[in-house]
Amino acid sequence: MSATTRRPAAARRLAPLVTVGALLALPVLSGCTDNTRSANDGPSADPRALTVSASDTDCAVSGTQAPSGKLTFTVTNSGSKINEFYLLAGDGLRIVGEVENIGPGITRDLVLTAPAGSYFTACKPGMVGDGIRAPFTVAESGQAGATDANDGELVAAANANYASYVRDQTDQLLSKTEEFAAAYEAGDDAKARALYPVARTHWERIETVAESFGDLDPKMDLREADLEQGQRWTGWHRIEKDLWPQRAKGYKALSAAQRATFADDLVKNTKTLHARTRDMTFTVDQIANGSRGLLDEVATGKVTGEEEYWSRTDLYDFQANVDGARIGFEGLRPILASRDKALDTQLDARFSDLQTLLDQQKSGDGFKSYDAVSKSDIKALSDAVNALAEPLSKLTAAVS
Amino acid sequence: MPEQSEPKVPAADPTPAPEGAGAVEPDARPRGRFSRRRALGAAGVGVAGTAVGLAGGIGVARASVEPPAPAGPKIYPFYGDHQAGITTPAQDRLHFAAFDVTTTDRAELVSLLQDWTTAAARMTQGEGAGEYGPTSGPYDAPPDDTGEAIGLPASGLTLTFGFGPSLFRESGRDRFGLAARQPAALKRLPLFPGDNLDESRSDGDLCVQACADDPQVAVHAIRNLARIAFGRAAIRWSQLGFGRTSSTSTSQATARNLFGFKDGTMNLKAEDPAGVDAHVWVPSGADPRAAWLSGGSYLVTRRINMTIETWDRQALSEQERVVGRTKAEGAPLSGGGEFSQPDFTMAGRGNEPIIATDAHVRLAHPDNNHGVQLLRRGYNFVDGSTGLGRLDAGLFFMAYVTDPRTHYIPLQTKLSRTDGLQEYLQHTGSALFAVPPGAKSGEHIGQALFA
Repeated sequence: MSATTRRPAAARRLAPLVTVGALLALPVLSGCTDNTRSANDGPSADPRALTVSASDTDCAVSGTQAPSGKLTFTVTNSGSKINEFYLLAGDGLRIVGEVENIGPGITRDLVLTAPAGSYFTACKPGMVGDGIRAPFTVAESGQAGATDANDGELVAAANANYASYVRDQTDQLLSKTEEFAAAYEAGDDAKARALYPVARTHWERIETVAESFGDLDPKMDLREADLEQGQRWTGWHRIEKDLWPQRAKGYKALSAAQRATFADDLVKNTKTLHARTRDMTFTVDQIANGSRGLLDEVATGKVTGEEEYWSRTDLYDFQANVDGARIGFEGLRPILASRDKALDTQLDARFSDLQTLLDQQKSGDGFKSYDAVSKSDIKALSDAVNALAEPLSKLTAAVS
Repeated sequence: MPEQSEPKVPAADPTPAPEGAGAVEPDARPRGRFSRRRALGAAGVGVAGTAVGLAGGIGVARASVEPPAPAGPKIYPFYGDHQAGITTPAQDRLHFAAFDVTTTDRAELVSLLQDWTTAAARMTQGEGAGEYGPTSGPYDAPPDDTGEAIGLPASGLTLTFGFGPSLFRESGRDRFGLAARQPAALKRLPLFPGDNLDESRSDGDLCVQACADDPQVAVHAIRNLARIAFGRAAIRWSQLGFGRTSSTSTSQATARNLFGFKDGTMNLKAEDPAGVDAHVWVPSGADPRAAWLSGGSYLVTRRINMTIETWDRQALSEQERVVGRTKAEGAPLSGGGEFSQPDFTMAGRGNEPIIATDAHVRLAHPDNNHGVQLLRRGYNFVDGSTGLGRLDAGLFFMAYVTDPRTHYIPLQTKLSRTDGLQEYLQHTGSALFAVPPGAKSGEHIGQALFA
């Protein structure tokens, strides 16, 4: 979707994770926060449910051991400083799972799957130092969390592959955009119209990454509907309207000089985006969130036919978002397969189901105009997006 | 409290009972003028209810989280210095209607307001819309009340009326000789970034807000007022709301919106009369053209759709980041409880602010908006589903403010531009109304405007 108004949130999908470099270091076990249980729940007889009272000076865990399997630490900050809670591996270094930014008085869950072994629990009031540590033992129960000694390598490989994908897509985006801009400036509208959805495909495949640059995105991908009063409209959709003015009332075509201004501006911003993506790095969380985020984009902007209001080339964007989401998923599959095989299988099937429906809308090398897609087909596409997006929203927790 | 926010509860009636006293079923009563209040009073149902008990009586729907309310009629006075339905503890249900005035005759417009006032004064007291009521009157004439509220108590019904900018001037035309009295602040709201407004859900010459704890009572009121208006005014759009999202009294727990979060924690409350005076009522002398509005207010309504399905797929961490509060308690992420002051400077991991820069609570908080506060009275709505099988749902936002130019437009401009929540919202309807002060007995609503 291309609303400035929506930009900051899109950027958020990437931003918060930048701080969790430690996770990248080696999530041998799955850890995530999960507050499905109410903080008000009383003590539980479940030996895998533990509570932690974290004060400024103390870290009181309700037990020192648990059977292997899925453990939940319900951490309440009873102190006055921001606190953090960690489960560390027996070496006291590797972070198995963590919850951060627990404000005073706030309760948050750490849910993770722990195999048998020796660990440390640690609270870190004020977010400084080594934390208040205590030994913690997980006993073999037969419900092991699978460990995979290769996880670290798999994570590194997934990150490197995704960074490479982003670089490749921005390379293609830049060259196609330059080609598009040249045709448009030269007044070759037919060529420009043909190149428009092709160039944008490379944008849409990495849309969540592109949107993370909050300064560039509104200049490049803002839709007219999202303009503020008095705001100057530039970028892809400004040119789109000039190339497909049929739905505009009383539209006045841009002059050659105006065309040059908008086209040059788009190329300049694309170059900036290109430069910034050269040395980007990613975490598994970012890749997984980005994958889900691309499906959100489909659901909110493409299925509804809002994104390409003038050109009606929404299906190109639709496919490109799905491409990008699938690349993210595929890259994480080696990790996911050992963590949650059922989810892996389900996501694979749902991606295929959606692709089957998209394939039915193909026309020549590209796609039908969105106007030519029947209501029932749009509903079927929308249902398939929901069917995929719901399990896809579980990916981050499963791989991080 | 300037406004009569204390529910007036009929005391156990020591006077001679009306005919049929002791009859529990309304239809067991003899024919005669229908009064739902009297019916219940006569039946002796819940008349021991006290004002305190009733104020806490949030209704059956929330009986699981709040002590069950004593059964009994909850009745608010219609006449007073301010209109009821503003600082009145927010009822559970809403039917809001905007009207286009169809007559071009000023006298007919005035007669409509007179008739509405009379009917509203009756219905809010638990009586029928007309003189005879739903089952009485000439046998060869349709009843002057439509009847679906028979047997239902007043349910705290309030009816609140307002005037839209187009009543004063439309396309530059002074429709009713009121243009010279149009308040300077009463202008169509500007288009905010991301607005996707539907004209058929926006604006209006007149509005009526019906709030009650029973949806059928609220709908009954709008239906009868619309019927009375035929030929003089017609409904332009209307909106049902099924769950209050704001508390306007400290006696009420903070309700949740459809994002599942507590909404309106920082709302102005009736128990803060100084705040209400400063931020809700139009002071005398505020606008020399519009002295008639002194003691009134401005009502902003926004139909805000939520992309429910997308929201539901966001991690809890993302949901809390965007709102800036915990989902469980509504505590600011900087700590404490629901009503703790957020610490916007507190730094969390990586030296990033623990309440994100685009968190809703940061952007909307009075401390970051020159102390501006709103009296919000919004309701959750679900208008079925869309053609894509998604819930057509969200928040019907209503806020009463002393001046929209200082108390709404700057805030919404900022939120539309930078609020993280905006990712999951789309504003689809918008309107602004001037809400005149309350009528005194014998007057009609807005009488000073026509004087």
